[in-house]
Amino acid sequence: MNELGSISPELLVASVMVASTPILLAGLGELVVEKAGVLNLGVEGLMIIGAVCGFAMSVITGSVLAGVLAALVGGALLGLVFAVLTQYLLSNQVATGLATTLFGLGLASLIGKPFIGVRPPEMPRLRVEFLSDLPFIGHVLFSHDPVLYLSLGMTLLIWYFLRHTKKGLILRAVGENHDAAHSIGYKVRQTRILAIMFGGAMAGLGGCYLSLVRVPQWTEGMTAGAGWIALALVVFSSWRPLRVLLGAWLFGGVTVLQLNLQAAGVGIGVAYLSVAPYVVTIIVLVLISANRSQRLLNAPACLGRSYYISS
Amino acid sequence: MSKADTHRTDAGRQFGPLLCLQELSKAYPGVQACDQISMSIDHSAIHALLGENGAGKSTLVKMIYGLVRPDSGSMSFNGSAFAPAQPRTARAAGVAMVFQHFSLFEALTVSENILLSLDDAQMAGIAERIRGVAESYHLLLEPGRMVGDLSAGERQRVEIVRCLMQNPKLLIMDEPTSVLTPQEVDSLFGTLRRLAGEGTSILYISHKLEEIRELCADATILRQGKVVDSCDPRECSAEQLAEMMVGTSIGRAGSKQKMRDRILLRVAGLSLENSAPFGVNLSDINFDLHAGEILGIAGIAGNGQDELQGALSGELPVSSGQCQLHGEDVITHSSSRRRKLGLLTAPEQRLGHAASPDMSLTENTLLSGTLRMKLAPRGIVDWKHTRRFATDIIEGFDVRTSGTQAAARSLSGGNLQKFLIGREILQKPEVLVVNQPTWGVDANAAAAVRRALIQLADAGSGILVISQDLDELLEISDRIAVLSAGRLSRSLPTSETSRTEIGLLMAESQDATS
Amino acid sequence: MLRLEPRAQPSTLMQATAPLLAIVATIIGGGILFLILGKNPFESIRIIFWDPLFNEALVSYTRPQLLVKAAPLVMIALGLSFGFRAGIWNIGAEGQFVMGALAGSAVGLALHPMQGIWILPLMLVSGIAGGFVWAMIPALLRVYFRTNEILVSLMLVYVSYKILTAMVTGPLRSPIGYNFPESRSFHDNPSMHNSELIAGTGIHWGIVITGLLVILCYYVMRRHLFGYHVNLMGQSNKVARFAGVRINLVIVVCLGITGALAGLAGILEASGPAGKLSPHFPVGYGFTAIIVAFLGRLHPIGIVLAGLLMALTYIGGELAQFMLDAPAAAIQVFQGMLLFFLVAADVLVNYRVRIGTPGRPTSGAREVTAGSSS
Repeated sequence: MNELGSISPELLVASVMVASTPILLAGLGELVVEKAGVLNLGVEGLMIIGAVCGFAMSVITGSVLAGVLAALVGGALLGLVFAVLTQYLLSNQVATGLATTLFGLGLASLIGKPFIGVRPPEMPRLRVEFLSDLPFIGHVLFSHDPVLYLSLGMTLLIWYFLRHTKKGLILRAVGENHDAAHSIGYKVRQTRILAIMFGGAMAGLGGCYLSLVRVPQWTEGMTAGAGWIALALVVFSSWRPLRVLLGAWLFGGVTVLQLNLQAAGVGIGVAYLSVAPYVVTIIVLVLISANRSQRLLNAPACLGRSYYISS
Repeated sequence: MSKADTHRTDAGRQFGPLLCLQELSKAYPGVQACDQISMSIDHSAIHALLGENGAGKSTLVKMIYGLVRPDSGSMSFNGSAFAPAQPRTARAAGVAMVFQHFSLFEALTVSENILLSLDDAQMAGIAERIRGVAESYHLLLEPGRMVGDLSAGERQRVEIVRCLMQNPKLLIMDEPTSVLTPQEVDSLFGTLRRLAGEGTSILYISHKLEEIRELCADATILRQGKVVDSCDPRECSAEQLAEMMVGTSIGRAGSKQKMRDRILLRVAGLSLENSAPFGVNLSDINFDLHAGEILGIAGIAGNGQDELQGALSGELPVSSGQCQLHGEDVITHSSSRRRKLGLLTAPEQRLGHAASPDMSLTENTLLSGTLRMKLAPRGIVDWKHTRRFATDIIEGFDVRTSGTQAAARSLSGGNLQKFLIGREILQKPEVLVVNQPTWGVDANAAAAVRRALIQLADAGSGILVISQDLDELLEISDRIAVLSAGRLSRSLPTSETSRTEIGLLMAESQDATS
Repeated sequence: MLRLEPRAQPSTLMQATAPLLAIVATIIGGGILFLILGKNPFESIRIIFWDPLFNEALVSYTRPQLLVKAAPLVMIALGLSFGFRAGIWNIGAEGQFVMGALAGSAVGLALHPMQGIWILPLMLVSGIAGGFVWAMIPALLRVYFRTNEILVSLMLVYVSYKILTAMVTGPLRSPIGYNFPESRSFHDNPSMHNSELIAGTGIHWGIVITGLLVILCYYVMRRHLFGYHVNLMGQSNKVARFAGVRINLVIVVCLGITGALAGLAGILEASGPAGKLSPHFPVGYGFTAIIVAFLGRLHPIGIVLAGLLMALTYIGGELAQFMLDAPAAAIQVFQGMLLFFLVAADVLVNYRVRIGTPGRPTSGAREVTAGSSS
């Protein structure tokens, strides 16, 4: 296995972190949505809308920041469509999620048409004097872009929000028993709509990280199932933010390893290697779902159920 | 000493009305839930609100608690106008409410549950505050426990402590005793009397007449959304109250013939492991059911009632034990095969378990009648035959509906229950297991259901009635056993037992487990 | 102020009209979309919805194409409708379609250049088996491990794409194709070719089989106990279990039917209209069929109408690309929009829209359970 020896370990770890960031962001967003009792299967569509909005805006304005903002807004807006349909019109969440994905994929390729083959402006990296120059650690930990650090910060923030703040408690209560939450006087619908929009923005951010940093270019259908993997990640994490991070690193690791093996020309067909992330997702899902009682305890009890309240 | 406690000692006794309602009305599509209701509740009073299911009690208290806005009418609280737009406003004014179906979150802890209804509180220090209030009222409560792991009595304590921490002037209790053992009821009454003595008014909603006669000094009686009477319940007999509540006097279910000796169903050593979160396990259930007999299973819901029904019907897999029907062990049989052999069940939850809400009555007839009534020979549904069977049920059991094509969810609770019980009875079961046959059903329909069960037993079937309603069991069953924490007590002949004794049985089996 | 008021029972009238409302809304939305793209909205709508059906210059091509495109959509949607009714969300029909095409093609190509009337039927059977086996993966994982079938079936779509690429660049690559990543053409061997049965009509075996399947599915749903059990499961597993439905069996059968039909559609498409396998073979029929199933109200007759409508948007979309230089993705947006409007219009089945005073609405709180699984 001397081909493997040529892969530098520090580059490997750094690229795992980059590869895991999109699904981490989208997964965290979906976690908040599901904790509020809503199943949004539209993550794939939200991500690709974020990817194209971020890409297009940063190419047009030349500013990465504008691109990131556009991705956040784009994701949140498409999320709002899902929210209005499921919360006001009480549509089936599974069907609406699928519609969000199909619509998002179509709209993204429509918007993205003029941007195929264009190079986006580069996202600046945060460099800290001294720290970034440290051997190994410097490269692995202190030489990334701000969005990656933001995704790590969001993991902690969401964990803290859900576990230790009253607003987080209300969000969990709404997802746990919407009737009880309503009878105490909390606004179920409003809470859920905000959660869905937050989830949309996070997925959008994850998407634009793909098109601006990870790839970086625009191609049709470039999310290639990342949104679905993010959904799987939430199940894998048993609805716990820190485990979303763990899962994201696992999937990121598999993806990077697979790419590196391809590059190193290991004697397995490219196609067979490239199925690895999907197959690993399935295997992990099976392992998690086999341990059922633990999973059900953490699952929001109202997940996927519509709620009708008087106006 | 806790904040709640100081408040109470300071509050002297005041007299005169605390809450006045004037001509409150509220209509829903097709029904006038509350029709010009006027009443008042005095300071420090325990005031009963009495009425049948659907009389408008729940709507009325929801208006007081700010969950529902009245169409017309006005309220005044403590002397000033009162029109809460949301529960938060009502709570701020001093109204607290314990809900009939607890508004608790199973997967959250006691602290988190209580925190959710305290508008000003934050997470830090909440556990100490809860302990303080709970101890001063001798209510045992562990703030860190998950509510899903608590018994019904403990959950109610959570609700009460939650209300007490808001220092309420008015405490509304919606059917609070329906889930309590007789002993727990006594201790609840002690707490309520003490609260009233300290100046809190209590609006006590119930349809249990004896309770009201014991506890309350005033009563307002509602019927079909209107105030029909008010009285001092201590000076009325239960029969008088019942007549005010229902409008006509209701016949009792009627007497039963003597029981026979042949054993139809023998359950031995039945255990069940429940994998659902907060599910109850059944352990070592034993009983015999004779032909022509009604065996009552008393106990508070959530102690394994649904599991027992599921284990007998074949819906839930058991871990060990036997269930012999006519001497043949059916425990490994599918529910269809059990049904074919004559073991039928009627679950508690009508919509979503016994009936499919959006499907028509005809389609719902097919649900359990396929095999015994041969409605689908060789897998091909005979809709004509099915419709005829549905019509038979509707006519035979006086089901008020627009016809066989009506969706199950369009029927009222009482009519749907008559339909569902009728569906099983007309299949001529050998053994019928019914779970909470009259839960949420109006008094007339309940009486009809009880009469039908007695007739079925008289015709020679064995019936297992699982019910929380002790009065119901005392009325119709030959023997009574208690199911508590997944264990079944020995059974006692109804003629030789009393409420107190059954209450003790409940407590006994609880002690055995904890 | 608009508000919703629950109906005592689902409205049958609205069940039929909701899809029509959704179509009208989509046409309006689509017109606005084309306006934004700088095209004449009326002309665009005419080209998409009218010309393929009635433009004399085009109909000789477009009418047969309508059937050709609708057949696989209807066939897959019929299979999906069983699962969707039962609350089993197989959204990986696309993968089952690809695997059916691969399995069937592999058999056919292995037999080449053999001749025989039995070859095409054998390919079809292999196609059915391919789709069925691929659907059994999520089915068995769901039954034995309670793994979410939505995610598994979807992941398997991506896996199937990769396998397809591997196959057409490897074992199934045409030996006479100058190393292009594609298989030998099925048109080369009449025994493998799912050819046009009546010249100029576009009718091939797939259309005939689809027609028969529509009748069969209608009968099963209306009269057979299996159809009833599927509907019960869609209401709730608890009701179904009480009725004695063997839930796991229904899960396996529903996914099996979808897989088999998607696989059959796959091999019929590969051996007929597509003519060969290549990485561009899957054009998203498996996903579009989801829209067809919903638009057709999960009802066989409705699915036929919805399938024809979706086929129309495909063909109309091609025309619009050709005649107006409209982007191909516009039609995808169109289809997504249709599904959005459809789920929105569905609210009318169970609720009535009232224009009313906000003071006196509805009961305190009520809940409707949306079809969701595990």
